Amino acid sequence: MLDAAFFRRWMTATAVSVDREAERLTALDSPIGDADHGSNLQRGFAAVTAALDKEAPATPGAVLALAGRQLISTVGGASGPLYGTLLRRTGKALGDAAEVSEEDLAGALRTGVDAVMALGGAAPGDKTMIDALVPAVDALGEGFGAARAAAERGAVATTPLQARKGRASYLGERSVGHQDPGATSAALLVAGLAEAAGE
Amino acid sequence: MTNEKVVGIVLVSHSAQVAAAVADLARGLAGGEAAVPVAAAGGTEGGGLGTSAELIAAAAASVDRGAGVAVLTDLGSAVLTVKAMLAEGDDLPGHTRLVDAPFVEGAVAAVVTAATGAGLDAVAAAAMEAYDYRKV
Repeated sequence: MLDAAFFRRWMTATAVSVDREAERLTALDSPIGDADHGSNLQRGFAAVTAALDKEAPATPGAVLALAGRQLISTVGGASGPLYGTLLRRTGKALGDAAEVSEEDLAGALRTGVDAVMALGGAAPGDKTMIDALVPAVDALGEGFGAARAAAERGAVATTPLQARKGRASYLGERSVGHQDPGATSAALLVAGLAEAAGE
Repeated sequence: MTNEKVVGIVLVSHSAQVAAAVADLARGLAGGEAAVPVAAAGGTEGGGLGTSAELIAAAAASVDRGAGVAVLTDLGSAVLTVKAMLAEGDDLPGHTRLVDAPFVEGAVAAVVTAATGAGLDAVAAAAMEAYDYRKV
């Protein structure tokens, strides 16, 4: 079973890897975005860890709700409401249970990913974070390690795609040949999950 | 005025200057006879380019007179942030609506219409109709 401490470890591990990879995320966002993805997410996840330290929410759902709210408030770019919605809807789906099963988490994450698709209007293949998140959720039944590998494969697989959402979509064919920064950061989030599980 | 409670307008842009300038333009073109509360929520809290949920929430609260709040946005994260805040339920005053409209023309139409004392439906409709105005 997964308790609030597990979900705090997930958020903390993600914050650490976002911090470490911020320059790479921003570099990926330079040719096809506005070159702020790394610094935006870095600011957002720093606020998440600060808020979690201060408020110490007691349930998995409350950890994700607080984290999501911080991301929407502090990121400043489109990744804020998108990641914020992902975490808040996932948290809401988990309810107020003190512990949840891996199956509960898989189902809740699917709800969260569906909410992100509804918010942003993106589908798989649009060269967005969805291209890492959907395969990760599909693989979650085989464990956190499998989800991490699926998210990483999904992020890499965005490279030959043409962007149809967000600022990169204005570039048309010029977006082809660049790995999507949002899919890349989504893979970090899924990797944080595996890390929290000690995998 | 048919309604003493006037609709409030919030203008959300990636840029503080754009939001403030469009607010000035809309107020100016609406004429001075009716005080329509218009608030700009531009840029991030740190003064950079982007969207701030905190600034949007504060702007919406500041223009809420009980007749609803119409929110107009420019693009990308501004749209998504307002949508995410509306989905949350308690981030924005009740009867807050994200209006699908061109930013400058829609803002002028919204403020002019709100100044007549029209309700939120009419203000939103006027802003959306600005899409139909062909320039050439």
